[in-house]
Amino acid sequence: MEARAHIETPLQAFLRQFRSSKLAVLGSVLLLAMIVAAILAPWIAPQNPYDLARIDVLDARLPPGAMSAEHGIRYLLGTDEQGRDMLSAILYGMRISVFVGVASTVLALAIGLALGLLAGYVGGKIEGIIMRVADIQLSFPSILIALILLALLGPGIGKIVLALVAVQWAYYARTARSAALVERRKEYIEAAVGLGLPPSRIVFRHLLPNCLPPLIVVAALQVASAISLEATLSFLGLGLPVTEPSLGLLIANGFNYLLSGKYWISLFPGIALLVLIVAINLVADQLREVLNPRLQAL
Amino acid sequence: MSHVHIDNTVLRVEQLQMQFATRAGIVKAVNEVSFSVRRGEILGIVGESGSGKSMTAYSIMRLIDPPGRIAGGRVLLNGQNLLDLSDEQMRRVRGNRIAMIFQDPMMTLNPVLRIDTQMMEAIRAHQPVGKAQAREMARDALARVGMPAPEEKLAAYPHQFSGGMRQRVAIAIALLNKPDLIICDEPTTALDVTIQGQILHEMQTLCRESGTALIWITHDLAVVAGFADRLCVMYGGRIVESGDVREVLRQPHHPYTAGLIASSPSRNERGRPLYQITGSMPSLLELPSGCPFRTRCPRATDVCATMPDVDAQGNHVWRCFHPMNQPTERTHG
Repeated sequence: MEARAHIETPLQAFLRQFRSSKLAVLGSVLLLAMIVAAILAPWIAPQNPYDLARIDVLDARLPPGAMSAEHGIRYLLGTDEQGRDMLSAILYGMRISVFVGVASTVLALAIGLALGLLAGYVGGKIEGIIMRVADIQLSFPSILIALILLALLGPGIGKIVLALVAVQWAYYARTARSAALVERRKEYIEAAVGLGLPPSRIVFRHLLPNCLPPLIVVAALQVASAISLEATLSFLGLGLPVTEPSLGLLIANGFNYLLSGKYWISLFPGIALLVLIVAINLVADQLREVLNPRLQAL
Repeated sequence: MSHVHIDNTVLRVEQLQMQFATRAGIVKAVNEVSFSVRRGEILGIVGESGSGKSMTAYSIMRLIDPPGRIAGGRVLLNGQNLLDLSDEQMRRVRGNRIAMIFQDPMMTLNPVLRIDTQMMEAIRAHQPVGKAQAREMARDALARVGMPAPEEKLAAYPHQFSGGMRQRVAIAIALLNKPDLIICDEPTTALDVTIQGQILHEMQTLCRESGTALIWITHDLAVVAGFADRLCVMYGGRIVESGDVREVLRQPHHPYTAGLIASSPSRNERGRPLYQITGSMPSLLELPSGCPFRTRCPRATDVCATMPDVDAQGNHVWRCFHPMNQPTERTHG
């Protein structure tokens, strides 16, 4: 067993290299904490901000640390104009933001990866069609496409995920295609063809894993941009219904009161959004360092 | 031994043509190439880069990507023309009846998959065996190519191996399905000389034992000299001379073969400058008419502007108007 102990799997090597940056470790700890808090929101939040029966308009716009007049809870981060506890609203809002960011990234990655691999491996007309559609898509600003789609579809979590997928698949398709073009010329693919392996196995077991590193980097960065795009759309009033506020909508709600001294309604959701995105970017930057093939000594 | 040699023929290539359609015109990378290999026989194909030797191998495997295409000829494996097979039928031949070993062992193994995964999938693509049995076969194959502690090596990743070890793994993979023919495209070029010697010796033994035919493609005449049974010398997409290794090396008839032999370092005396064939191989787009070698040939005359016919003496075949080492020079036309 002693001899096997030093055979390092790629995953172990990856973790070892990832840990080398303190900032990235800090980022991943922060990110993990926020995701856990978001997932556990219904159990750890002092108040359910979606339950109208629990919300008291008399408690509206209380400053941080104020006590509720009737319900006996302390509003650590204050309340908004409807009397919602800001801490609870932020936890629930993060839940939505993280869900929207991850769901749209996973879906867009799956679609973009499949189309990009197909384009890169098969080539020819199929490649031409897929890549021209992606080019057209990328030539419009993503916020514009999302705005148009949401204006047509109306509000709702599912629809905002759909809009974000429509905006983002093209990035993955492009990255996957260029990675597939490089990888399929390598000898191990030729060797796999020479071994008579079935085409599906060559694409999924040989080509795909070797195309993943750049896609993981793009995906990590795109989660952050999906979350901020969703916040932007919600801020503009096009994302989610007012009864289920995400971080963007919370910021928009407090925006009117910002200049009248009631800073907390916008500020705290803003900080939460900022920390979330910075944490994701720290992780993504280190992923790029570790997964960069040019920096990898084999 | 040779009384049933027709039945022993594993691969017969007849008038094989492979060409690339480029903007500048059609490039004939493989031109009217014919040869055959018997069970347990080692055929060396020697030539410079661009001579068409690798393209011949890729054509046999039907691994030619557009704009290249096989324009004619037949590739008969045990009598069956591979060029008539469907893609799916051809897939079943690759890695199963014909295996190929590539030049760069650092590149032919997938870096993200463990050795056992890669070996087991090669078996299970062609044989209906379970995982446990496939793993056992993989371990046996590693042991057969002289890999120490094969069980441990199965769990390793390619990057943990040296170049020689990786090439052994590649050879073990090629042997997995007990193919009739193994095509080796310069498999020892990237290796140290000592490792090269070991691998040559092992391949020779493995082929003699199992009866597998072997095509060994190389630019190094010295490798083939002590190793192959027969030899094809390629130049400009054509076979210019072929025959039993000893005979061709002792009495080369084509001036190009003679030049190759004369320019190999071991044949030259210490301190004397190496013999060189003047000039370099012309691009396949600019091959001269007739004999492709005539622009560099010291014996060329006007008649060489037409394509010489094939001359033969027993197994020894050549294509030249002015062959060397002949008691009397033949004249044509």
